[in-house]
Amino acid sequence: MFPFCFEWVWDMGHLVFHGGLWYALSIIGMGMTYCIIKAVIDTRRGGSSHH
Amino acid sequence: MDSALIPEGVKRCPTWKFLLALAIAGAVLLWGVVAMLMVWFKGLNQTNMNDYYGFALWIWADLAFIALGGGAFFTGLLRYIFGIKELKNIINYAVLIGFICYSSALLILAIDIGQPLRGWFIFWHANVHSMLTEVAFCLSCYFAVLCIEYLPLVLENRQLDKVPFFHNLSHNMHETMAVFAATGAFLSFFHQGSLGGVAGVLFGRPFAFRTGINIWPWTFFLFTWSAAAYGPCFTLFITWLTEKITGKKLVKDNVVELLAKIAGWMIITYVVAKIIDTVYWATVTAPSLGFKWTFFYSDNPLYGKWILLTEIVLCGIVPGLLLIFGPTRRNPAARVIALLLGVLGVSLNRWVMVLQVMAVPVMSFDKWVLYYPSWQEVATTLLPVAYGVILILISYRYLPIFPQEPELNPIAPYTPANGAEATAGGQAGDESETEAVGQAAPAGA
Amino acid sequence: MKQEQTQHRPKRYGMVIDLDKCTGCGSCMVACMAENNVSFKKDESDKLLSITWMRVYKITNGKPFPDTDICYIPRPCQHCAGQHEGHSPCVSVCPATATDYSRETGIVSQIYTRCFGCRYCMAACPYHARYFNWWDPVWPDGMEKYLNPDVSPRMRGVVEKCSFCFQRYQAAKNKAYLEGRRELEEDEYQTACTQACPAGAIVFGDLNNPDHLVHKMVDPDLKHGGRPRNPEVFRLLERLGTNPKVYYKSGRQWVRKAGDNYLPGEKPGADMHKSHS
Repeated sequence: MFPFCFEWVWDMGHLVFHGGLWYALSIIGMGMTYCIIKAVIDTRRGGSSHH
Repeated sequence: MDSALIPEGVKRCPTWKFLLALAIAGAVLLWGVVAMLMVWFKGLNQTNMNDYYGFALWIWADLAFIALGGGAFFTGLLRYIFGIKELKNIINYAVLIGFICYSSALLILAIDIGQPLRGWFIFWHANVHSMLTEVAFCLSCYFAVLCIEYLPLVLENRQLDKVPFFHNLSHNMHETMAVFAATGAFLSFFHQGSLGGVAGVLFGRPFAFRTGINIWPWTFFLFTWSAAAYGPCFTLFITWLTEKITGKKLVKDNVVELLAKIAGWMIITYVVAKIIDTVYWATVTAPSLGFKWTFFYSDNPLYGKWILLTEIVLCGIVPGLLLIFGPTRRNPAARVIALLLGVLGVSLNRWVMVLQVMAVPVMSFDKWVLYYPSWQEVATTLLPVAYGVILILISYRYLPIFPQEPELNPIAPYTPANGAEATAGGQAGDESETEAVGQAAPAGA
Repeated sequence: MKQEQTQHRPKRYGMVIDLDKCTGCGSCMVACMAENNVSFKKDESDKLLSITWMRVYKITNGKPFPDTDICYIPRPCQHCAGQHEGHSPCVSVCPATATDYSRETGIVSQIYTRCFGCRYCMAACPYHARYFNWWDPVWPDGMEKYLNPDVSPRMRGVVEKCSFCFQRYQAAKNKAYLEGRRELEEDEYQTACTQACPAGAIVFGDLNNPDHLVHKMVDPDLKHGGRPRNPEVFRLLERLGTNPKVYYKSGRQWVRKAGDNYLPGEKPGADMHKSHS
């Protein structure tokens, strides 16, 4: 998982795998952060945005 | 008793009936939990697995659940990325079923490993070249996506929705759902595929081994395709089952028929690909390793050529054609038969790619080995089924899962919604914001 | 560190088992269990649950008397190199890097404390050389004292297999370093099964070293994954491309044929000789 493991050898597979993984994780993370922050702001403004 | 929690504009069964259903499912769940604890505390000797069957019933259940849960990512892809609006009326249920399937798969994996406390090693010491590593990562990430997709639905519960923050959060998550759905589809492509890769890369097992593109064997693509084809079948089948049990129409026919039609074309294209793959494997791959393809289907009491015919013809071509042709698709009986065959077909495919792979002898002096599961394995496999039933019972009762339900099942004294009653049987009414019926009422209350 | 390692010629430890010498006595199995602290149960009648790092199979030519012939095939872990060095069936699939291929020795290792028991490696191995610990090991009273202190016993829930008695390699290396040597003599590192075989049917050594008997017997074609050039020597399931480092030798055609799978009417070794030319 991490380069400090004793048997670690960098190769193409790591770049592709970690590229895909962190891409997906960051989109999920940023998406949820956006939703939560926006919900906090909306709530502070006192409004409840109806569908 | 719990009427304050039940969505507005819909009718639910009496509480005692609900609790009875919960108790029955709960009993099965409890049986599964007992077996699960036995396996965790006493070890995998509680199973009938052995050194020839390192993978058995659980891995099959895992693969089957994930394939059947594929309805969530594919319906989401169609709804949010391809913009097929009608599917918003079934996407909630697809997400719920997907959520159940994926959480079940993760639970079964946690029971299946010999050292459950070391389960996190798959992340920490990950070998990125292993298909199983890819499965573990993508499965976990996609489960997070499913939680995100399911959460706004939970927040739409009548009481939770009154909390302004929850209301706003749910609203914002709905707004950004396309991003999550796209990520979910991306992750699903890889983990459904890697589950196919799990068998396809086994170059020591000629029955499973497939050639392919670069590091991806053909089964990688076949598994993704079949999950997208058969997953919606399962969603539609469970929807039909729910309608039968509740005695109500919950999703309009045009929505069901649209998804069924898409599933039909997906199944037919998949089966064509599967046939090409099978022919290539039987005529090129297996002979190059010294095996005649008939070898894999003979000299044993269970795995005959019937299994291949059943999978491809009876559970592939037949449901595909039934769903493609308008008259059979529109006929409820024919449609349900097709959906059921589809569900059985993909489950059978996963069985073959796990259990038959283990059964076939590879060394010339080895022999066929068959296996039957112990009761602990059966119980722990039924555990997620019971858990799924319970989650559906609770979600259906308290959450607005089916946006068209109030319109299709108007409650007689509910006079302000008379307009909805007028369009109840109509096919063109799906553009009307049926959700508003449920939403507007508490605001006025 | 890595540079220093590559200055030495890497080893490819391997084994040749002469099937015409093997009597099927099972000494290799016993020696292996004692050397490697392999656990056993009170009831070992179900062989699908028995741990036997070295297992002796019995095969027959299927002919009636007087042409009946039998052969015993001892099967340790084959320490496959795979299509490209290190791409063994099991090593390539292990999700937690709990089994590894050493480019220094060619030995496929198993890290018991890292294995979490998913058993994917067992599904991948066509030789059934990998065994799962379905139970915790329980030794008969007093037997703990006789366990090999150089080998860690395995706990329930992990996979184990033949390591080519790697502890003996480590001990021999230590001894050699203390004596100021970098290289091992052929007889300094031998597996327990090799030494236990009363018929001398098992030969062990470095396939890369032309002075070692294994090399002389096999005459490995290193450009083709170590395929034997000696026509009497074969490997199990050669056609799968696992490239094992355990070789078998027999003068009997039907025995050599039993080592692999062939289509009806296909001649054994046909594709092997193609690549030799």
